[in-house]
Amino acid sequence: MAIKAGSLVDPCSTRITKTGAWRTFVPVVDHGKCIKCSLCEIYCPEGCVHQEEGLFVPDLDYCKGCSVCANECPRMAITMVLEEK
Amino acid sequence: MSEKTTNMKVVEGSYAVAHAVMCCRPDVISAYPITPQTHIVENLSQMVADGDLDSEFLTVDSEFSALSVLIGASACGARSYSSTTSQGLALMYEVLYNVSGMRIPIVMNVANRAIGAPLNIWNDQQDAIGARDVGWIQIYAEDVQEAVDATLQAYKIAEDAQVRTPVMVCMDGFVLTHVYEPVHLLDKELAREFLPDYKPANILDPAHPMTFGAFADPSTFTEFRYQQFEAQQKALVKIEDVAREFEETFGRYYGGLLDGYFLDDAETVIVTLGSVVGTIKDAIDDMRSAGKKVGLLKLRSYRPFPVQALRKALKNANCIAVIEKDVSIGCEAGLVTDLKSAFYNSNIRTPIIGFVAGLGGRDITIKDIKKIVARAEASRKGIESEFEFLNLRTEIL
Repeated sequence: MAIKAGSLVDPCSTRITKTGAWRTFVPVVDHGKCIKCSLCEIYCPEGCVHQEEGLFVPDLDYCKGCSVCANECPRMAITMVLEEK
Repeated sequence: MSEKTTNMKVVEGSYAVAHAVMCCRPDVISAYPITPQTHIVENLSQMVADGDLDSEFLTVDSEFSALSVLIGASACGARSYSSTTSQGLALMYEVLYNVSGMRIPIVMNVANRAIGAPLNIWNDQQDAIGARDVGWIQIYAEDVQEAVDATLQAYKIAEDAQVRTPVMVCMDGFVLTHVYEPVHLLDKELAREFLPDYKPANILDPAHPMTFGAFADPSTFTEFRYQQFEAQQKALVKIEDVAREFEETFGRYYGGLLDGYFLDDAETVIVTLGSVVGTIKDAIDDMRSAGKKVGLLKLRSYRPFPVQALRKALKNANCIAVIEKDVSIGCEAGLVTDLKSAFYNSNIRTPIIGFVAGLGGRDITIKDIKKIVARAEASRKGIESEFEFLNLRTEIL
């Protein structure tokens, strides 16, 4: 999509701007260990952890790999893994 | 040269520029008073108060706010104006980048003044040259008439759909802002004909929401900068076109990007910008009567820097002296460095010597100019020193 001079953008630009590109480490969830306490969803500063079909999963389009979810998880169910692109 | 305007008056430079701004019909003016710019905005404030100018005049707490206010105003479709100098321009630094990055066509007169410390209110050009990389176009005026005319031209350049870049019209503080000289004041109707109302393609409008200067990640940031760079290249053509259109309407022309004085057959050429041009012309008259082939290249547009035009205009010179009222502490000075850079990959190998002069308001005399010419001529036999502070008072160091 062509850019508009002056960095002019239409509303809802965050839907197309995938800020997850900043990430170095990606959270990998072991759903077998998860007790559905939802602390990862509550603490995620991006608000990008959501429940999908009962499982807590980060939205990788916006997850910046900050590790807050992994740090807060009481069951150590989330591991931060170096992501190579 | 035929003058199509007859309204010539002896007025103060600041009044003449304020009158020119009035003829540009800005919708919003915001400025913070600072010497030697004060008279420009005082006059504008008076014009608004008297009902001669239908503008919103916003008084603010600082230069930072003055220019920030204008981003909002201009983004909403209002033609916007400010003026500042020295520390005021420095305080605007962050906003200068925002204006150019958002492609907001603000026009601002800069009454060139030294920047402290040490505190000094006199004229030099450190303020504007120091802001050469902020993405604004910079036009320098030789005299009050040029400052007046460049102000009207500036809006036409800035608002052009291909350019959309803010413009600083630089005029030497005190030397031009406070001098009384005969000036052809602009005719309001002719100015309206020359500069139509501002009609931007995109504006801030709640009915059609849009963000200006949005976030750009590494995948697009370079391209936004490239667009600004390209717009300044397009401005090289626009500045010349506008100067010619101005001539058709008002009968005055003094070069678009640059101008020459006895340049064609000159062996020694002085390159400079701003009001010192007047003194240099007098010095050249003297030297020409003595048979010396000395000429002058006056740069009007410092950004965009007219590389091709400079190469063409200076190809016959056999030595060049650059005189400028700024210093890039740590590496020569702005204009001389840029000029050398313009020549490096061409086949021009003329010696170029840089002179820093007139800092903090020190006079540059005809005698000084002749001394510089002699130093430049000596460089043909080999450059002894390629950069120096003119008349450095070694006895007090």
